[in-house]
Amino acid sequence: MTPEIHDPATETEERQHTSALSRLAADPVSRKRFLTMAGGTGAAATLSAFLAACGSGGSSSTTSTTATMPASAANDVSQFGKGDIGIVNYALTLEYLETAFYGDVVNSGLFKGSSLATIKQFGEEESEHVQALTAAVKKLGGKPAPKPKAKFPLKDPNSVLKLAATVENLGAAAYLGQAGAIRSPEILASALAIHTVEGRHAAALNTLLGESPTPDGAFAKPADAATVLNAVKPFIVG
Amino acid sequence: MNSTESQSPELAEVEVHGTSRGAFILRGALAAGALYGLGSVTPFVGQALAKSSGGDIDILNFALTLEYLEAAFYKEAQQQVKLSSDTKALAKLIQGHEDEHVAALTMAIKGAGGKPVTAPGVSFPFSDESGFLKLAQTFEDTGVSAYNGAAPAIKSVDVLASAGAIVQVEARHAAAIRLMAGESPAPDAFDKSLEKDAVLKAVQPFIKS
Repeated sequence: MTPEIHDPATETEERQHTSALSRLAADPVSRKRFLTMAGGTGAAATLSAFLAACGSGGSSSTTSTTATMPASAANDVSQFGKGDIGIVNYALTLEYLETAFYGDVVNSGLFKGSSLATIKQFGEEESEHVQALTAAVKKLGGKPAPKPKAKFPLKDPNSVLKLAATVENLGAAAYLGQAGAIRSPEILASALAIHTVEGRHAAALNTLLGESPTPDGAFAKPADAATVLNAVKPFIVG
Repeated sequence: MNSTESQSPELAEVEVHGTSRGAFILRGALAAGALYGLGSVTPFVGQALAKSSGGDIDILNFALTLEYLEAAFYKEAQQQVKLSSDTKALAKLIQGHEDEHVAALTMAIKGAGGKPVTAPGVSFPFSDESGFLKLAQTFEDTGVSAYNGAAPAIKSVDVLASAGAIVQVEARHAAAIRLMAGESPAPDAFDKSLEKDAVLKAVQPFIKS
């Protein structure tokens, strides 16, 4: 994860950034313009709350980025690269983990017949996601994230299916959590095409476990990068 | 089923997307500022906060038509066809979701200053469980492709977030229906996206008015 270094260059950027937001709050002209765009007083309250959050976060002694940005998904993906590159590399890391997981499950010999066929198919689809995301990062001019070394607990079929469902539900939520931050319409289209397949995988695994295919009801919930990365951390061994 | 009560918690959640729009946008703006330098923040915020244009309202109304169609389909299936108890339970679950989607989209359209379309007249050619599953699969797969095709054109970040929350559920429906029909829940690594015209062509046979 992000090393705990205080990079002076980042710190400068941080200050400029904070001051720009402060200017936005203090300067009546730009503030008015901002609020007109934001559409009213609700935004004014949000801006105040947001600035307050920034202020309290500033005293944090953790990484330089988290000091400026409280619980921001975009912040957590920025460790993977700038803008869309960071988001795609974040997704790539998750897809690498899923691919490795299904590969291990197939090799474990815990499943046979139609269950094995389903697991194999899901694994192949994750592998296609890896290829597509790798190509997307390159097209954006970035360097694809490295394949993480992963290890998964594979004890018995039921616990493996449960883990698979957890991973897929989390993966679907992770894509949903990034959709609003993606800038390129093409990347957004690709992410959506993958997002719904993760949703299908999740629903199928939930159903196989006798659980609801739609645990969040009519509206799927997003997950931010911090939550997702924290959840997959136990499976990354290097 | 008390529809008002069962719908309100989910509707409240959709409202959260709307009321927290400022936070959502600011988060994106902040990231853009940090990553691209401050010059990029203002145009990004301006673009993201642009009021839902006719474009977004059109997309929402298009989605609303599809959700109306799906809701009517599942309702009819429960009333007019003999379904196994598992299939019936799934049809009921999905119908509840489609009703909630209808309510949420209607609210979003009104919130954006638009006029929601009315429910279309419908007719569905099925008479048994397998016919139901086949049509359901078509509707859900088409629904996924319709949302995925329309989403990149959505201008408002909160409309996009809501569409994303809905399309994932449509995909989950598609997978559950496909499993019930003995089909692969996720036949492709990438869900196709469909243009509006192709979607309308696909659902045209079921719309009477």
